This record gives sequence, structure tokens and C-alpha cells, in this order.
Amino acid sequence: MVEHRPWLTFLTHAILLLGCLIIAFPIYTTFVASTHSLETITSFFPFLPGRHLIENYQQALTVGSGEVGATVGSMMLNSLIMALGIAIGKISISLLSAFAIVYFRFRFRMFFFWMIFITLMLPVEVRILPTHKVVADLNMLDSYSGLIFPLIASATATFLFRQFFMTVPDELCEAHRIDGGGPMRFFFDILLPMSRTSIAALFVILFIYGWNQYLWPLLVTGDESYYTLLIGIKRMLDVGEGQADWHIIMASTMLAMVPPVLVVIFMQKQFVRGMTETEK
Amino acid sequence: MEKRVIFKNRVLPYLLVAPQIIITLVFFIWPAFMALYQSVQQEDPFGLKTTFVGLDNFAYIFTDAIYLNSIKVTMIFSFSVAVIAMSTALFLAAMADRVIRGATTYKTFIIWPYAVAPVAAAVLWYFLFNPTVGMISFFLKAIGIDWNFTLKGGQAMVLVILASAWRQISYNFLFFLAGLQAIPKSFIEAAAIDGASPAKRFWTIAFPLLSPTFFFLLVMNLVYAFCDTFGVIHAITEGGPNEATNIMVFKIYHDSFESLDLGGSAAQSVILMFIVIALTVIQFRYIERKVHY
Repeated sequence: MVEHRPWLTFLTHAILLLGCLIIAFPIYTTFVASTHSLETITSFFPFLPGRHLIENYQQALTVGSGEVGATVGSMMLNSLIMALGIAIGKISISLLSAFAIVYFRFRFRMFFFWMIFITLMLPVEVRILPTHKVVADLNMLDSYSGLIFPLIASATATFLFRQFFMTVPDELCEAHRIDGGGPMRFFFDILLPMSRTSIAALFVILFIYGWNQYLWPLLVTGDESYYTLLIGIKRMLDVGEGQADWHIIMASTMLAMVPPVLVVIFMQKQFVRGMTETEK
Repeated sequence: MEKRVIFKNRVLPYLLVAPQIIITLVFFIWPAFMALYQSVQQEDPFGLKTTFVGLDNFAYIFTDAIYLNSIKVTMIFSFSVAVIAMSTALFLAAMADRVIRGATTYKTFIIWPYAVAPVAAAVLWYFLFNPTVGMISFFLKAIGIDWNFTLKGGQAMVLVILASAWRQISYNFLFFLAGLQAIPKSFIEAAAIDGASPAKRFWTIAFPLLSPTFFFLLVMNLVYAFCDTFGVIHAITEGGPNEATNIMVFKIYHDSFESLDLGGSAAQSVILMFIVIALTVIQFRYIERKVHY
């Protein structure tokens, strides 16, 4: 800080603290609700955690709620498979295509590059029905490949790796060629280890992206054994005029938030790096 | 920018780009063309034959009061989300930029909601504002507000805006803070020596220097509000009550899978596609970026 103004410093801290509290408030109430019985939640609003934590989470994980037909445990597994599949898939195919575009000269190189660029402009939301039809025609509805493959094309990842490969000194490649090494050896032995930090940063972002997908799993899953957790929570809310199982819904929502939030908190450096490098 | 040292191989580069290109063609480009194609076709009620109808589908949707309402709703919704999320984030970032002690802790606590899925955020806010079990709706009723977003369109809109803006604050905060920290300290110190107050320094130095970040975030927030908030609407209001929160992306989904209006939903998809393409082009063409082509 430039000048010493104790009062202003105090005010700044107070505002930040208040901001953090307001931002955290919805999550806190969710956590509190997930530790009470349904009767307690519906009759008055508890401010402090109750004694049903283990019971509620156990019921969510092993039994589930209402007529969803899948346990939170199995839906979390689906979310995890989808998130990992998307993150690993996007990173792998983007590394390969960036390698081709940077280290080879071939016909249609720039054409391919622009084709990958176009995917940025076509999120699932603008082509809902035709994409659903393609996946249905390929018999990929209700399958992990249907959940994962349509989402793994990635312009941002390709651009990021392309940028990074451009900064790799030419001497490394020259030395490798003089030693008689082929392109794939160069890719696996030199480029891949050098890309570690970019891969880690992207992985964090893409894991969160994959875990938080909603529209796409909604379109391709009809069979509850392929529901991701977020789809399952929405189904738990659909009780019509009946009483929703709020204690189970809140426990499930906590479980849906925990993996990506932990990733952000414990890999904050990679997260911030990934955000600022992929989005610009 | 081109590499000087390259590998020579006739087949390998095609094999390397193949996975990305195949997925792009099959799941991105082909469906986009299908949307364009279907938007000029009309299918008979039994799905037996389709006829070319030119721009009739577009002409129809632009006379459809529900679609025109959905455009209006989308605009109000998107700009409200962008304004609320960006102004709150800028305010908090300006504060966090001032503090020395505890800055990282504040940062962690402000950025983590970004990891919460839009639909999970929707559930949190739905619970708080639920007319029967919600804590906030109880207090609103206690101070005399007749809160029931399942019946009142305006209240439903407020709720989906809050739920959507909440997690976007984290995203904006991250970029505003990075932008503020990139401003050379000497500028701020020089102004302070000249006697400018902290508020004046913010508005005359930091804020103008943040304008590239500001426009970048405006575009990103609009794209977010146009597309990614589908889950919020689907979980809380399903477009209701009485079309009050029926944003364009939700209406496309609804018309495709519930009303089965293929030509109409394709025409709507094409319009949304052009909006997203326009926003992306603006972002890459006019906004300062790190990626060079």
C-alpha cells in the first residue's frame, strides 16, 4: 500500500470478509441442511450443523433419493469417468494435433487449424438437436463414449500447446534429429516432459469443465445407470407436488461440489494459470 | 510464426491431427450444417417427408410472441448477470489489491465458487429462496414481501440472475485482480505523491487501464449467460412462470424435445449460433489477447 491509513485498511478487510461470507453463505446453509433430518429442515431453519451428517450422506451414497433409481455413489462414479475422460481426451488429442501443426508441413495444415478454431464458436447449446441425432445414429446414447467423445474436441487446448511448442528451442529438435531420433520419440521423450506444467494447468480446468457438464449428459442419458450426479440431483428435485427429500438433495449437492472445489483449492496455482492462459 | 526446424513425413501429420479433425467434423461441423439445413425445411407431422420452405421458419419465429419474449428475456437476463457479476467482482478485486496481509486467503475464498456447476449453484439458491422451506423467503415474508417465485415472473427472474451471477463473480474476480496487479506500482505511487486519494487513483488510473480486461470479461459473461446458464433455468424455473425466464437456449431445448418443432427449433439454433459466433469474433478480433495466429 502506498500510504498508511489504518482506518481504510480496516475497512478494506471488513469489506473483503463480508464479501467472502456472502459468497460462502449459500454453501454454508447447504452444508447445514445436509446434516439435519428432513423434519428439522422443513419446520424451521437451522443455523448450526445437526447430528444427521453420517446418516444423510450414507443414505445418499448407498440408497439415493425418491424414484431416481440410482445411488449418489454410482452417479459420482459416472461423473468422475466423464470428467477424467474429457480432461484426458481433450489433452491427448490436442497435444497430437498441436504437434502436427507446429512440427510438420503438410497440405491443408492451415485449413485444419481453422477447422479446429471453429469449434470455439459452436458450443453444444447452439446445435442441441442435430448433435443428439448424430450420437443417436452412432448408437452412442447411454454410453460412456457418448458422454465423452462429442465433447473432447478442443480449440483452446490445441492453441495453448501450439503456443508452448513454438517457444521450445529449435536446437532441441535439431540435436534430436542429428542423433537420428524420429518425430514420435521427440514428442514422447522431449516435448511431453517439457509440457508438464501446461498439461497440469489444463487438466485442472478441464476436469472442472467435465465434472460440471449438465446439458450434454441430460441429452444422452435416459438410462439411470449412466446418470451423472448433477442430472441425478435435478431428478431428485422433480417431485411435483410432493415433498422433496431436502436432506438427501443437500448432501448430494455437497458431494457434487466437493471434488471440483477441492481441485481448485489444492491446485490453485495450476487453476489460476490454466484460467488465465486458456481464456485469452 | 513458423518453426525453422521441422520433421519430414508424408503420412504421420495426418494421423496426428485425425482424432481432433474427426471429432470436430462428426460432432461439431456436421451438426451445425444439419441445423442450418433443417432451419429451411419443414417436416410433416408424421416425420415422413420434409419440404424446402426457404426462410419461412425464420419468418414464423419472428412473428411468434413467445420467441420475441424469449429474446427480450435473454437480453435482460444476460446483461443483468454480466453487470452484477462484474461490478461485484471489480469491487472485491479492488479491495483485495489493496491488502497486503491475508491477500491469498481472500483470493482462495473468493475464487472457489467457480468450481461449483451452474446447476449446483441453482440448487443452492433454489433452496434458500424456496417458498416453503427457504430461509431467505421466510425473512422476505417476515418483512412483508409476498415471495413466491413459482408464481411471480419478476421474482423468478431475480432468482435465476442471482444464482447465475454468484459463481461468475469468482471468474471475474480472478481476471480483475490479475489486471490490477499488472498495473505498475510506480503509476499509483506517483499519483499518491501528487495527493490523489485511493478512490481517485482507482477511477483515474486503474479503471482505464483495466478496460481491455473489462471488455474481455463482458464478452465472456454474455457467452456464459447465453449458453452455460441452461442448467440454472432447467433446475429452478423451467422457463416459467408464464415464460418469464424462458431464455433462448432453454426454449431451443424445450421446442426440440418437448414440442418437437424441428424447423422452428433449428431456426432458433441458427440465430443463437450467429450470436455466439459474433461474440467470439468480437473477442478475438478486437480484444487484446495472448494467442497469436
